[in-house]
Amino acid sequence: MFDIGIGHYLTLGAVIFTIGVVGIFLNRKNVIVILMSIELILLAVNINLVSFSIFLNDLSGQIFTLFILTVAAAEAAIGLAIIVVYYRNSGTIRVEEIDNLKG
Amino acid sequence: MPAHAFFFYIFSLIAIVSAIMVTASKNTVHSVFFLILDFISISCLFILIGAEFLGMIMLIVYVGAVAVLFLFVVMMLNVAQQKNQWFGAASGSRHIPIGMIVSLIIFFELLIVIGGWKLKPDLTNDFINLSTSGVTNTHSIGNVLYTDYIHLFQLSGMILLVAMIGAIVLTFRQRSGLKRQSYISQISREKNDGVELVNVKNKAGVKIDV
Repeated sequence: MFDIGIGHYLTLGAVIFTIGVVGIFLNRKNVIVILMSIELILLAVNINLVSFSIFLNDLSGQIFTLFILTVAAAEAAIGLAIIVVYYRNSGTIRVEEIDNLKG
Repeated sequence: MPAHAFFFYIFSLIAIVSAIMVTASKNTVHSVFFLILDFISISCLFILIGAEFLGMIMLIVYVGAVAVLFLFVVMMLNVAQQKNQWFGAASGSRHIPIGMIVSLIIFFELLIVIGGWKLKPDLTNDFINLSTSGVTNTHSIGNVLYTDYIHLFQLSGMILLVAMIGAIVLTFRQRSGLKRQSYISQISREKNDGVELVNVKNKAGVKIDV
């Protein structure tokens, strides 16, 4: 209980990953919250990589976390730009109204 | 180490609660604020575990750039007042149990993976030695990042450049009806285009065509 090992950090990562997946599944609001859920999922991956890097005494995990951070920032910028363009064209970003593909 | 456990439980509790509030909040602006709180608590965990550089970088990149970008888009698109409907909508209530079941299955699969894994016996509880080895975390990351991973580092810079150009190209809009400054027509203007010399008779005046 008071001896924090790698299992605690991995469990925290699993919980946050699951919350991100739930946020993608259950969202009925707008696409921005879905992007935030994707950021949560990437954050959970970062937690796993950093905890393995610390507990295995190997720096590669932290290097990979840096690259994941870069890609996450680029993905957020591109995704938000796409959302802005879609809102400008169609006037809404509500999830249930984005049905142009009739899926 | 009860102090480490104490801070771990506090920060992880804050992180989990704010992650739930990101997905369940009524207001999108509140979701962004809870996302910021989540990033801050996770970076505190990173600093606690010994990865100071990544904790600070996560504060700078996520809280300073990404979350502000989210806030800016939420403000610009005026979607903050759209109320959350995902438990009330009739069309949305059909897939909610399936989504819950799939998410719970994913979570328990992750727990089974974590619990059933045979770890190295010398793995646990030696993470304190990293910070007392004389070399700081930032120094050791720099030693590795700029030598072994230099090509990946430059490639990530290229990714950021492509993302920046892509965002500008996507959101650029050529407005019609705007009077723009035209440098080439200003510079290439001659004296004959703008000035006309007229011979004025005495006491007769001159008629100017505008």
